[in-house]
Amino acid sequence: MPLTPHLRRLEAEAVFILREAVAEFRRPVMLYSIGKDSSVMLHLALKAFYPAKPPFPLLHVDTTWKFREMIAFRDQTAARVEMELIVHTNEDGRKRGVSPFTCSSSAYTQAMKTEALRQALNEGGFDAAFGGARRDEEKSRAKERIFSHRTASHGWDPKTQRPELWRIFNTRLGAGETMRIFPLSNWTETDVWDYIAAENIPVVPLYLAKERPVVRRNGAYIMVDDERFPLAPDEVVESRRVRFRTLGCYPLTGAIESEADTLEAIIAEMRQASTSERQGRLIDFDESASMERKKREGYF
Amino acid sequence: MTAPFIADAETLAKAQPSRPRPTLRVLTCGSVDDGKSTLVGRLLYERQLIFDDQLAALRSDSLRHGTLGEEIDFALLVDGLEAEREQGITIDVAYRYFSTPARSFILADAPGHEQYTRNMATGASNAELAILLVDARKGLLTQTRRHATIASLLGVRHIVLAVNKMDLVDYDEAVFERIVGEFESVAASLAFRSVEAIPISARDGDNVVADSANMPWRDGPSLLTYLENADVETDGGDAPLRLPVQWVNRRSDAFRGFAGAIASGRLQVGDEIVAAASGRKTTIARIVAMGGDLFSAAAPDSVMVTFADEIDASRGDVLCHPTNRPNVADQFAAHLIWMSDESLLPGRSYLMKINGRSLAASVTDIKHKLDVDTGAKSAAKTLSLNEIGFCNVATAAPVAFDSYDENRTTGAFILIDRFSNATAAAGIIAFPLRRATNIHLQEQSVSKATRARLKHQTPAVLWFTGLSGAGKSTIANLVESKLVERHAHTLMLDGDNVRHGLNKDLGFTEADRVENIRRVGEVAKLMVDAGLIVLCAFISPFRAERRMVRTLVGEQEFIEIFIDAPLDVCKERDPKGLYKRALAGEIKNFTGVDQPYEAPEFPELKVSSAERSAEAIADQIIAYLEANGMLGV
Ligand SMILES: Nc1nc2c(ncn2[C@@H]2O[C@H](COP(=O)(O)OP(=O)(O)OP(=O)(O)O)[C@@H](O)[C@H]2O)c(=O)[nH]1
Ligand SMILES: [Mg+2]
Repeated sequence: MPLTPHLRRLEAEAVFILREAVAEFRRPVMLYSIGKDSSVMLHLALKAFYPAKPPFPLLHVDTTWKFREMIAFRDQTAARVEMELIVHTNEDGRKRGVSPFTCSSSAYTQAMKTEALRQALNEGGFDAAFGGARRDEEKSRAKERIFSHRTASHGWDPKTQRPELWRIFNTRLGAGETMRIFPLSNWTETDVWDYIAAENIPVVPLYLAKERPVVRRNGAYIMVDDERFPLAPDEVVESRRVRFRTLGCYPLTGAIESEADTLEAIIAEMRQASTSERQGRLIDFDESASMERKKREGYF
Repeated sequence: MTAPFIADAETLAKAQPSRPRPTLRVLTCGSVDDGKSTLVGRLLYERQLIFDDQLAALRSDSLRHGTLGEEIDFALLVDGLEAEREQGITIDVAYRYFSTPARSFILADAPGHEQYTRNMATGASNAELAILLVDARKGLLTQTRRHATIASLLGVRHIVLAVNKMDLVDYDEAVFERIVGEFESVAASLAFRSVEAIPISARDGDNVVADSANMPWRDGPSLLTYLENADVETDGGDAPLRLPVQWVNRRSDAFRGFAGAIASGRLQVGDEIVAAASGRKTTIARIVAMGGDLFSAAAPDSVMVTFADEIDASRGDVLCHPTNRPNVADQFAAHLIWMSDESLLPGRSYLMKINGRSLAASVTDIKHKLDVDTGAKSAAKTLSLNEIGFCNVATAAPVAFDSYDENRTTGAFILIDRFSNATAAAGIIAFPLRRATNIHLQEQSVSKATRARLKHQTPAVLWFTGLSGAGKSTIANLVESKLVERHAHTLMLDGDNVRHGLNKDLGFTEADRVENIRRVGEVAKLMVDAGLIVLCAFISPFRAERRMVRTLVGEQEFIEIFIDAPLDVCKERDPKGLYKRALAGEIKNFTGVDQPYEAPEFPELKVSSAERSAEAIADQIIAYLEANGMLGV
């Protein structure tokens, strides 16, 4: 299927951003979080540098609580694209037994995501990191630059962002500072799915509806993905036809009931949706400004 | 409405598009609190573009942070930062995306507060249409005019003048007409192609997506209908090809791909093309793409091309067709929107980013500063935060560019402060000031190092700067004698002597002084290539020019020696009687009299000729050269 002019423009822009970063930074890395946005971003990177391989490694911050299907898909993907994959876990957090079942979601995110990411970026000596975040996801992301400057401690200061004129990015960094770069800034959820369909990009099967074992908890269906799931006395595991709009750590990701088991069907369903994709993400609901706070601490 | 308005909304509305119109990039701007964010929120709400969970969050946020008691405060949909909610203002641009059956939109909601003007400019730089909001009670404010001016400068050609808060002025047509009339005179000096004025109430939704029952006198489309039909397409199809090289793909020795986003025009396999800066020609061999090679491509595609011949092109070069090339020059006139808390210093070296290239640049002259309130132009020595000036800009090397009017990509640049790394200015190019020649370099087999080794020395430029009468030539002569005694190979370039030959066509205007120094710099560079120690004695009053020579020759080989003597001492000495004549008005543009001398900030050596003898200073310079291992190697 040829791309619509709208998608073609978005693709050209994302490719431009990826190349800009590679031309300007010493050691970039791509945050690969396995979800649909990462799949699109990776596909764009393959296109941007073809016939060469993208000149940077992939980095996955593994909280150890991802869906098993995600991990399998990740490893298949790395093998398929023949790129180096760095998998990093916050070992200190793992030793302390930090889990979404034992900690508040903000403490868990802080240790296993934010801190883990900082560790991985420092260890790899990366001065730039690509992320698949989109501005339409959340209200503080809507404010973020495409090239988002981070302090030496990876913090984001939303009040003093550098102006970003045209597509001329100020890529200068002081000692220890880094840049987060978002090639999909101007994409919407619909654009991402339309592009996946048009370009035939592989995605984790969890996005498609299927009978899965779930538990009803806090008004959401949570998938019982492995034996670590502690069932409350009154909870029963039931089998339902569900799928996921976003993918994260399985204990924190709500499924929706759906019959959509093809790309076309989920695109049709999404156009009818009355809730945002982030609704399934339990970590964003701590408070209205939680995403901004996390980002200020170095979260993607 | 009368000229210069082309308020052709009706014609636009009638021209039903056969295919969906392209995505429209819209900016909301205008003074603080005029209702920009409320309008964006309202627009999304009215079109049912807000998800249930977002609406629930908006309701609870409105109770907590809102300005409207129980009512929904739509601004909170876009004012997403904590600080914004606390202060009730927008600080940075928010981007929102939505589509209607007619077209897709990217909405950038700019802050109105003057302090955050640079964020408004960020939004405006990529916008095609701007909704300029005005509070009906307040009318046009300075900040409204500033935003209109910046939007116009940055190439926004279509304006919707949204007169907001009509509910607070009893939906009075006269109020609306008065503001529209006022704006007409503002727009007269700006470059808008169409202006549509719409009276609205962002809070209540009047004329936002549907016609307002409160304003039956209004005959025209609602805001959304207007946006859906607005035709902002420029006749870009036939624009000349501009492809700035972004990245060179050297996958193997055999493959060299040149990657970049086509800024304008189109290209196809077999096209003869030119790298603008070098003037080297080749043809497009392939347009490489992952799914299979392409035959042709057009703006705004990102492409990777290969050439039929090995020509050298690198990041920052601009590829074009031989029949229509960009300017290549190292000086041009441009508007600057100053964005740094630290004011512009003419002559200071900034880092310029243009078409992917980063290089040293400085402002050599501020032609005028713009008063955004009156449109008046006035003389200025500097630009401070949020000021707009028209300037001459010099770059360390020739660069390829177009005027911004012709090309919003290749006519734009930014200046970066070298110390803070802050983006100091947005630059909008007007026209080149001098055309550089298209002469490419010859490969040479005997190198500079070889020539220098034969002479047992490290070649360098000793650049003597200082006021007339400070003792530059005297000291330089002594140094040269001492060098020759040590069997060094030298050459002296002296201001007065050069002006009798090489530069006898030049006078003393600022432009001629720049050219004088540039030529001397080029000659000195050649002599350094020959392996010589070159002594240059020139007043060279401007930092920018000395920096230019430093960049030209190379940091390692440029030794700046500041011969410091108080102006009074020099006037007293007045060896050539020039001060007397300058003071009498017989000589114009005389350094220290009616032209400033900008002392070096970081010279390699600074010596005071008022305190020590020329002989002692010459010895000090020789000692410096020996200490740095430059002699007898
Ligand atoms: N009565 C009335 N009030 C309005 C209208 N539009 C906006 N307001 C109010 O004006 C105030 C400022 O609105 P905002 O939307 O935050 O203004 P803004 O232009 O985005 O402000 P900055 O982004 O900070 O420059 C809020 O209290 C709004 O509720 C309107 O049409 N009528
Ligand atoms: Mg606002």
